[in-house]
Amino acid sequence: MDSLLHVTAVLSVVLLAMVLISLRRAHIRVEYSVSWLLAAVAMLLLSLSRPVLDAITRWTGVPDSPLTLFLITGTVFLVMFFRFSVIISHLRDDNVALTQRVAMLEYRVRSFEQE
Amino acid sequence: MNRASGADALLVIVPALNEEGAIGEVVRQIRQHVPDVPVLVIDDCSEDGTIGVARAAGADVLPLAHHLGLGGCVQAGYKLAYELGFEYVIRVDGDGQHDARDIPAILERLKSTGCEMVIGSRFVEENGSSTGMVRGLGIRFFRMVLRPILGKPVRDPTSGFVGVNRRALEVFARSFPLEYPEIEALVVLQRRRFRFEEVPVKMHPRLAGRSTITPRKSLYYIVHVLLGVFVNILKYDGRPRPGRGG
Repeated sequence: MDSLLHVTAVLSVVLLAMVLISLRRAHIRVEYSVSWLLAAVAMLLLSLSRPVLDAITRWTGVPDSPLTLFLITGTVFLVMFFRFSVIISHLRDDNVALTQRVAMLEYRVRSFEQE
Repeated sequence: MNRASGADALLVIVPALNEEGAIGEVVRQIRQHVPDVPVLVIDDCSEDGTIGVARAAGADVLPLAHHLGLGGCVQAGYKLAYELGFEYVIRVDGDGQHDARDIPAILERLKSTGCEMVIGSRFVEENGSSTGMVRGLGIRFFRMVLRPILGKPVRDPTSGFVGVNRRALEVFARSFPLEYPEIEALVVLQRRRFRFEEVPVKMHPRLAGRSTITPRKSLYYIVHVLLGVFVNILKYDGRPRPGRGG
């Protein structure tokens, strides 16, 4: 079971590196990288600190520690995906409103030019 | 067209996407049957000559910079109509299915009843209009769903041949469903205790081109609209974000 924790630790480091590289290349904005960085660091810390994980496992009554880690990770990512869906919805609304506004302004400019 | 002329000014809006083959005739028919009424074609980023054909036929055109879908397209027309001060707006589809001869009846019903929305309905009285089997089933299904929500029957909830007055225009300029607007718009009005009526109209097969509706899209439509209806029932209005599409 420890090997699963090692895999998770490696995956967390890869995720951390990906986010940092993306930040450096300006592929992701700082405000949207914070939740990824926090999730990656939390995953890394939990997979490296077995006593903490075991304590959470005993407290929650989950059968074993790696399963606890995956449950926590899954929950964190679900929350993040939901948050991004909210952000995308806001962006879509803004995008529609802007497109309509530009079209209306262009229409009115054209009308005035024709007069 | 810069401002509405007169207190009872009507604007006819025509949402269009790649309707080069039909839009000219649609605009001409409207201008023939309601000669002094401005016609605004809202072009949802067509890739063909829709804009040119519409202008040549005598319509004003509101060209969108990128594709928004039917709801976003119609809402752009509502927003412009509201800003320009129009009292009534009637929406006619750009594919030629709606008969421009029915526009005066819709306008007259809007004026005489004072209700916020008038739907041009194929099913108020038998008039030879027909729908496909799948669409017919969908219409019956949504009639059943909407009956308890609206508190009265609606015979043709998917009709896009719709007239609204300025009160509805104000609401729709702020909040309007983006993808499949007809059914959800009824629920939006119901939330404000607005009234709607139906008048009999005749609908024709589309003048040109092919419908993009497929069985898979029909299923998606039903799920999407059902969800939209229930979301609109539960919606918390809260503090509106500026310029929100709805």
